[in-house]
Amino acid sequence: MNMVQAINSALKVEMERDPSVVVLGEDVGLNGGVFRATEGLQELLGEDRVMDTPLAESGIVGFSIGAALMGMRPVAEIQFMGFLWPAIDQLASHAGRLRNRTQGRFSVPMVVRFPYGGGVRALEHHAESYEATLAHIPGLKVVIPSTPYDAKGLLISSIRDPDPVIFMEPKKLYRAGKEEVPEGEYTEPIGKAKVLREGDDITLVGWGSLVPRLLKAARLIEDKGISAEVIDVRTISPYDEGTVHDSLEKTGRMLVAQEAHRNLGFASEIAARAQEKMMDVMEAPILRLTGFDVPFPFYRMENWAMPDIDRIIKGIREVLTW
Amino acid sequence: MIFGSFDPLKGDMFQVLDPDGKLVAEDPGLDPVLMKDLYRWMLYGRLADEKAVKLQRQGRMGTYAPGKGQEASQVGPALAMGDYDWLFPSFRELTTYMIRGYPLEYNLLYFMGDVRSNQVPEGTKSLPIFVPVATQVPIAAGAAWALKKKGSGSVVVCYMGDGATSEGDFHEGLNFAGVFRVPALFISQNNQWAISVPRKKQTLSRTIAQKSLSYGIPGVLVDGNDVLAMYIAAREGIERARNGEGPFFIEAFTYRRMMHTTADDPGRYRTPEEEAEWDLKDPLRRFRAYLEGRGIWTPEWQKQLEADAEEMIKKAVEKAESLGPQEPEDLFRHMYEEMTPALVEQLEYLKFSLANREIEEEADEIKGGFP
Ligand SMILES: Cc1ncc(C[n+]2csc(CCOP(=O)(O)OP(=O)(O)O)c2C)c(N)n1
Ligand SMILES: [Mg+2]
Repeated sequence: MNMVQAINSALKVEMERDPSVVVLGEDVGLNGGVFRATEGLQELLGEDRVMDTPLAESGIVGFSIGAALMGMRPVAEIQFMGFLWPAIDQLASHAGRLRNRTQGRFSVPMVVRFPYGGGVRALEHHAESYEATLAHIPGLKVVIPSTPYDAKGLLISSIRDPDPVIFMEPKKLYRAGKEEVPEGEYTEPIGKAKVLREGDDITLVGWGSLVPRLLKAARLIEDKGISAEVIDVRTISPYDEGTVHDSLEKTGRMLVAQEAHRNLGFASEIAARAQEKMMDVMEAPILRLTGFDVPFPFYRMENWAMPDIDRIIKGIREVLTW
Repeated sequence: MIFGSFDPLKGDMFQVLDPDGKLVAEDPGLDPVLMKDLYRWMLYGRLADEKAVKLQRQGRMGTYAPGKGQEASQVGPALAMGDYDWLFPSFRELTTYMIRGYPLEYNLLYFMGDVRSNQVPEGTKSLPIFVPVATQVPIAAGAAWALKKKGSGSVVVCYMGDGATSEGDFHEGLNFAGVFRVPALFISQNNQWAISVPRKKQTLSRTIAQKSLSYGIPGVLVDGNDVLAMYIAAREGIERARNGEGPFFIEAFTYRRMMHTTADDPGRYRTPEEEAEWDLKDPLRRFRAYLEGRGIWTPEWQKQLEADAEEMIKKAVEKAESLGPQEPEDLFRHMYEEMTPALVEQLEYLKFSLANREIEEEADEIKGGFP
């Protein structure tokens, strides 16, 4: 399965297992979602389980919160991350707060999922990466898979999670590759990073769309005699600093890559936590490779806006030669 | 006067020509020169739009949102606007742009993924495309308010779709427009679809036009495929606004004859029968029949117009495709009036890495060495 198929499979498995799981969003029904993530689900499960909503993101998320409060497990799709903004009020003021402000009386078990990121020659407003903005909101979990297998396992976990989960899908990887994914149910843990490749000289950390590039960089520098450890963070909130710090303990050097804008990106949080706790093992400053502090550009310039393999290689050299 | 004569709550629709081009209302008595312009621009818009779809199919342009079938609801209001009026568009108004002095090559460039398309030519009173649905509505209201405050006499014409009227911004924007009695004409092009969601599933409201009534704004449902009706309704709305009588709202009842964008496949959610039915209500077909009956349209004139359009479109495509490449500076320019130190640093970094590339994305070997 590719990643879209894996996401579709996760939704199907969970909806068949638990009648309280419903899918809602713009064009998710007959059309199967603009990326086809919900393809065939309405046909299988009916219009009151897979609901085409009016064109209103605040409505979609607010409605989902209400349904979750009354015992449903809504999985809301927002068409693109760039269109999430109207829903931020509902997420920050209610989804992330209700458990705390009612002192445990209510909770909001729902998932809000959407494609994010660039690299597919999309129109303006269709390629943003604002994961740090969401991770900044207390009470939300933020999950970002980078493989079909993880996408399915993490989405199932997100649907079963008792709290609101933001599930961000790197659209560049939707159809980038296939791997073996079980048809049935399985889970991958939320809040757990994954070491994809072991190494001793440097730790490369990323999530979502940049993970394949980090892996490729690690493979290429291996030919030059450098051994890199690659970590897919998978959940940026809650962030699994233990796995990253263990690796840093071993390598003493770290590069963190993100597609998002540079200022206050999640890479900054990773670097800050590492310097607070791991200063004594560090042999070089932590390098952040990021997008720039400009709106994600029109597609003619989009390749410039994302850390590419060349910049990753240069970054690795910079950390190693510090 | 259509104001007050067509009740959207009853589903009344203002129409001048029926789908066969027959007068069904009083002859509006428009100048034949104006009528020729209305037809000419609809045809130019149609041909330019078709060319854009072709360019996308040939891989010369990215995703494009075709406007075919909506020419009347774009040309009528555009020609009813005065020189000092402002356009706040949605994203499907190629034809309106052309009329309002936003050159075709800009619109093509936009979908070719080039930000320079958004650098609205000096003197053109239009904002660039608004992608996040309905966000233009409160902005248009604020702009109209400011124009009034400055005593400019200008009116704002703001476009949106039918789906857009579900967004909060639509309602907030309209309410502000009403409260501050701004000189604005809001036009919702109800093309029956918001991607795959049919108008009936978008709202239980009988018409889109009646939504404006709750904000105290007069609204009319107009046959959006009837360019005469659209012209007259828009003219009245703009005049009212200019005379200080506050905002006006038009629901243009029309049809998106093509896919939502070139990335969409309408075969998944609507029937060929429905499409065929709307083909018969096409705005060009109907107006041409009317003009032919009046002796204004002739096959020779049509040929001439097509030849002119072809020439104009060809030039626009050439201009769009011959624009030189951009530089790293272009990514950072215009962020603020003055570039911040952080941006200067980021630009230097980008320039350095581009000038010293040691591996391309698909390559399997690094050029530089490692310690
Ligand atoms: C806030 C927001 N949500 C979602 C989208 C994705 N999207 C683009 S156009 C569209 C449908 C718009 O329908 P309508 O308002 O009827 O305009 P039309 O496309 O028919 O011209 C959607 C959902 C968007 N651009 N902005
Ligand atoms: Mg529409």
